[in-house]
Amino acid sequence: MSTTMDQVVKKAKDSFGPMFDKSLHDLVRGIRNHKDNEAKYINEAIDEIKQELKQDNMAIKANAVNKLTYLQMLGYDISWSSFNIIEVMSSNKFTFKRIGYLAASQSFHEGTDVVMLTTNMIRKDLNSSSMYEAGIAMSGLSCFINADLARDLANDIMSLMTSTKPYIRKRAVLLLYKVFLNNPDALKPAFPRLREKLEDPDPGVQAAAVNVICELARRNPKNYLALAPIFFRLMTTSANNWVLIKIIKLFGALTPLEPRLGRKLIEPLTNLIHSTSAMSLLYECINTVIAVLVSISSGLPNHNASIQLCVQKLRILIEDSDQNLKYLGLLAMSKILQTHPKSVQAHHDLIMQCLDDKDESIRLRALDLLSGMVSKKNLMEVARKLMVHMNKAEGTHYRDELLSKIIDICSQNDYQHITNFEWYVSILVELTRLEGTKHGSLISLQLLDVAVRVESIREFACHQMAVLLENAHVFIVGSNSSNIAEVLYAAAWICGEFSSYLKDPQKTLESMLNTKITLFPGHIQSVYYQNILKIITYIIITLNNNETIIKELISMSIDKMSVFLSSGDVEAQERASVILNILKSVLKLLEKHEFNVNELSGLFDGVLNPVAAKAQRKVAIPNGLDLDAWINDPPSESDEESEIKPRHFDNTHNQSLFSGDNTENYYHGSNLDSYSGDQSDSNRTKNYVEPSTEEIEEQREKRKQSEKMNPFYIKDSTKIKSLQKTEVSSTLPNNADRSQVTSSKGTIPANLQLSLADQLYRQAKIDEENRRLKKKSKSDSGSSKKGKKTSKNSELTTVDDNDDDLYPTIKVTRGGELPEGVTESGNEDNENDQPVGKNKKYDPHRALNIDLDEKPLQKMSTPPTEIQEPIAKPVENPPTIMEKQKKPKKKKAIEKEEKSSTSKSKSKRERSDYKELLSPADDEKESVVPSPSNTTAAAPPPPPPTTTTTEAKPKKKKTKEKKSTNNDNSAPLLFDMMSDDINPTSTSNQQYNEQNVYKLAAESDYLTIETSIIPTPSTAQLDVTFLLKNRTSSIIDHIDIHVIDSLSSKLLNTTSANHVSFPSISLFPYSQNYIHIYFAINDISFQQKLKTTLTYSINKSSNEIQTDTIEFKLDLPCSQYLRKKSLDPDAFAELMSSGTLTSQSNISISSSSQDFSSLINTICQTYRLTVVDKINSATSLYSETILGHPIAFLFKSTNSQNGISINGKSTETHFLSNLMEEIKNFIK
Amino acid sequence: MIKAILVFNTRGQPRAIRFFESCSTELQQKLIRESYQIISKRDINACNFVEYNDNKLIYRQYATLYFVFVIDSSESEYDIYELIHIFVQCLDQYFENVCELDLIFHSDKVNHILNEFFMGGFIVERSPDLILNDIRTQIRLERQDSGVLKQMGSKIKSVVDTKTEKMKLDVEKKFDIKL
Repeated sequence: MSTTMDQVVKKAKDSFGPMFDKSLHDLVRGIRNHKDNEAKYINEAIDEIKQELKQDNMAIKANAVNKLTYLQMLGYDISWSSFNIIEVMSSNKFTFKRIGYLAASQSFHEGTDVVMLTTNMIRKDLNSSSMYEAGIAMSGLSCFINADLARDLANDIMSLMTSTKPYIRKRAVLLLYKVFLNNPDALKPAFPRLREKLEDPDPGVQAAAVNVICELARRNPKNYLALAPIFFRLMTTSANNWVLIKIIKLFGALTPLEPRLGRKLIEPLTNLIHSTSAMSLLYECINTVIAVLVSISSGLPNHNASIQLCVQKLRILIEDSDQNLKYLGLLAMSKILQTHPKSVQAHHDLIMQCLDDKDESIRLRALDLLSGMVSKKNLMEVARKLMVHMNKAEGTHYRDELLSKIIDICSQNDYQHITNFEWYVSILVELTRLEGTKHGSLISLQLLDVAVRVESIREFACHQMAVLLENAHVFIVGSNSSNIAEVLYAAAWICGEFSSYLKDPQKTLESMLNTKITLFPGHIQSVYYQNILKIITYIIITLNNNETIIKELISMSIDKMSVFLSSGDVEAQERASVILNILKSVLKLLEKHEFNVNELSGLFDGVLNPVAAKAQRKVAIPNGLDLDAWINDPPSESDEESEIKPRHFDNTHNQSLFSGDNTENYYHGSNLDSYSGDQSDSNRTKNYVEPSTEEIEEQREKRKQSEKMNPFYIKDSTKIKSLQKTEVSSTLPNNADRSQVTSSKGTIPANLQLSLADQLYRQAKIDEENRRLKKKSKSDSGSSKKGKKTSKNSELTTVDDNDDDLYPTIKVTRGGELPEGVTESGNEDNENDQPVGKNKKYDPHRALNIDLDEKPLQKMSTPPTEIQEPIAKPVENPPTIMEKQKKPKKKKAIEKEEKSSTSKSKSKRERSDYKELLSPADDEKESVVPSPSNTTAAAPPPPPPTTTTTEAKPKKKKTKEKKSTNNDNSAPLLFDMMSDDINPTSTSNQQYNEQNVYKLAAESDYLTIETSIIPTPSTAQLDVTFLLKNRTSSIIDHIDIHVIDSLSSKLLNTTSANHVSFPSISLFPYSQNYIHIYFAINDISFQQKLKTTLTYSINKSSNEIQTDTIEFKLDLPCSQYLRKKSLDPDAFAELMSSGTLTSQSNISISSSSQDFSSLINTICQTYRLTVVDKINSATSLYSETILGHPIAFLFKSTNSQNGISINGKSTETHFLSNLMEEIKNFIK
Repeated sequence: MIKAILVFNTRGQPRAIRFFESCSTELQQKLIRESYQIISKRDINACNFVEYNDNKLIYRQYATLYFVFVIDSSESEYDIYELIHIFVQCLDQYFENVCELDLIFHSDKVNHILNEFFMGGFIVERSPDLILNDIRTQIRLERQDSGVLKQMGSKIKSVVDTKTEKMKLDVEKKFDIKL
């Protein structure tokens, strides 16, 4: 009885036990213990987990989900548990919540629909008091956020950006990127806030903001050009390498859009390159410098020096034992190669060395560089090296890569670097022995192309091809994975077309007939049959009417050909039958003794020329021809015949026998694409087999007619005109010798021919040396004719360029035939042809291409903190006026920007435009700031709260102010960076920015201070701009200004009493920067001189910081209280007659230096007066003080000596008299 | 951007994975398989960057483990290469002489550390000290929870015990009746 009891208890425990006991640990151990039947064990475990998930207990559920997360990693689908995961996420225990979010981040994806249930839960977690809970929520959300979540939670995430904890702030900033991706509408309203985070006091948050903006800007760089100044400053101040890397990478993307930025970047980047010890940073610097140099192709003074520096540094990287650096060095080198191949060529040795590297990635990179490395001098060497590699290489991928590279570098620029085509052909032949290559057709194309374009090589090529044909059977075997049999296509065609060069045509013919051709692909068979006929024709011609032998030959051929009728390929079979019938007819004629060789050879008469790749496209469609329209009449032959054909039949020949629409279309332009196109032609050939001679003759006449009518038909006479023949001096010095050598080699079967290329290579080297010696001796003897040139060459240091004339020039027919009157111009066709496939793919970043400069359409409901933020500048005037003024300008700027980005030709933009371009984000800010009230009183912002967490605020505020004033001022930040560029365009700037004269206020040995004062547009404030010029070679920062308030003026935005400090501003060596301070003015009667102290620190190179002070008087004359204000004449008259202007003042000046009208202009500019009315020699002017007092003047020209009398009226007596005094002094 | 972080051993078994772009489980496994095939074939002295479609694999091998980062062109290869080492150092400090077994049995903890390092494809923090600090604070939070948990656990146990006890009694009763 007791045993049964125990069993029952055990059973009960078993059924409950594992449910509660199996932890993740147990599961992992279990899996490890069941290696044999892991799947079974896991399936059981999943069943258990399903049971556990049904429990109400959260701990059990969480444990189950934790296990599921592990199983998910192993590849088990856990999508069925999504709802349970959400349950666990909603637990209020940190541990469980974390498990839940982790599972969600790993298993939720776009299709997970339960995600939409999570919105409120996530919102709660984001706003959790525990920063770690908010942290896990954000981490999770970043993985499974979708459009709905992004829309609903955007505001919560935005407010997290102002959290007091950097831990949360930086995550919120990063998460924002995902929000933008999923909800592009959020970008615009959130962007100002994101931008502020670039100046966050916490470096981590700053880095996060940099990261996000860089990621955004990388996709749509144009919209982020405005941020260049901020990034530039960060780059020069930040010591954080990975922030630097990001910024530098970003600049790499921006420079193509703004070359001036690039110019500015070179110096700091070069400094970094010299100074940094971090390899990653060094590499990115080099990369960006390269990008800059590519975008500014010239005009940079130290352009070459920079290139040299980059190349040198890259060499160091490549020489490093660290493979990673080697790889990166090669990668960057290939970028330089595109624009500055010469610089890279200098390191030819190093790159060749990398070809021997054990690492395939490195070899592939080095291969990429090779195409830029080769010259006439080293091509053979390079190719030989690659051949050696290819024989050693393991893995077909790399081998194929090598093969195509060899062909690539040899054939580039129409075989520019090849001096010895025999060598090249033998290389190609050698390549055919490569097992399993996919590039058979490539080799085939090359063979055809070379044979067609290089006349002098045809004989050699024929010998080689004949050998290939003799060994054709080799290609039948193992042709499964490779398409190397393609070379037979070339071989057969070359032997046929140039059969006159064949050494033993009879033998070649026999080998062709004896091959089991039917085993090859159809198009190769077709070529075979066609060219068999060509060779037969040639043999017949050479046999001089020796009829018995001809008969023998033809009957033998007919015997063999009949086998080919069984070809499986329609096209091939058809051709075989056509040719068979031709041969039979010939035989018949022979027996009747009526055979004329010309009848046969007429089929293949004419010269074949390469047709330019674009020729077909260049054929203009004749007027009235609609290619898409259905042609109702049965398609007549002549319509089709009017296509361009590679060869034309000489009409003087007797063409009675056969119509000659032959198959050479295959080869013209040596374009394999024509395969497919010609398939349709093949159907047509059928029509030609049967018709009677009369019919053919008739058709021929018809066609000739249409050819004559058709202006686009290429006629024989014009053919040569469009060919670009290069160099006719095809005198190979030892042509005869070589052909002897090669022809003797020609008989060696392919397998033994391994060394032919090498022999030729050696031979070529010897020749070269001989020529060089010859040349040298010539120059030594001092031929007077070429004195200059040869002496240059005789120098021992001569480089390959000068050696070019050492090589024989071989005639290569470059380019190709084009229709009459068409030149091979640009690649406008290609542009249209560009595949759009890539763009079709949905790219979320395209949606983020939002012009951040535009005014936001909708305002995001701003979180509370935003509202509290002090508004520096209450707007008095209705903002619409400002906008009206600004809009057209901005539009213009944007237009220009677009123009310049599309057409690179536009180099210099007006600086004023540029300013507009870079500051519109500020416009946006201005308009975003709600104008609260019409307070005319000075509205100093409430002092920032003294909590430590908001220490960022004063800084933020200041930058904001600074930027907004930049609108009215000529001091946009990038302009600071671009200070070099001011001069050429400064005049145009004047027009936009009235007058903005900087007067020297004070200077020390280190710093020059210039000031400019203008009233703020709407409030009773003065904006004093200090232009600080650093005169030292050190960085100056920690600028602090102290001004003692007077009775009538008060310094605003102070950081402490009477102090304004600028922690974020630093002055780089010999650069300048602007700082702004603001005064609230409550009385304007008298001019003021404010005692000002400017304190700053100089960061000496030896890490010591020197603090210095400059004391000076800041002069605020009465004239600076005037604000430009226009008034129409009627209102002016009314004002004058109303009697409100009680105070009056008169002065007269007997003579002045300027004539009246120019004087008025100057006065207007200097004192911000506007002309109300102008009558002959009198002008009335008007202005207002910043406190709103009207001022009216009447200027009268008194006599011929430029004398002037001024009559002033205002409500303020003292002010008026002081102002008049100033004007008086000014005019004198 | 970092697209994914994969940790697998020299036999291709995943030990920790994190995908920063939503993708299905099959796709995840495919990526693990493919990158394993590429990386495991590479010579130990070969460079640690491999081009993979439009992305790059940056990997490092530590004993029996490969740490693979899939990145796009906005990340600096060498920087990530160095970062992997920082990450592994951090694991090493946390587990004290980390080995594959640690990762096998504590894949959840590895994930927590990953969370502190990376978020949504960005690097959040790269100072191991700060990260370990945060992790330790979280462990404290966990302990607070598990205090509660233990109570709950014992409650559950007591429920189970009483249940089995009951069954035992029931059975005994039955037997009693029978007897």
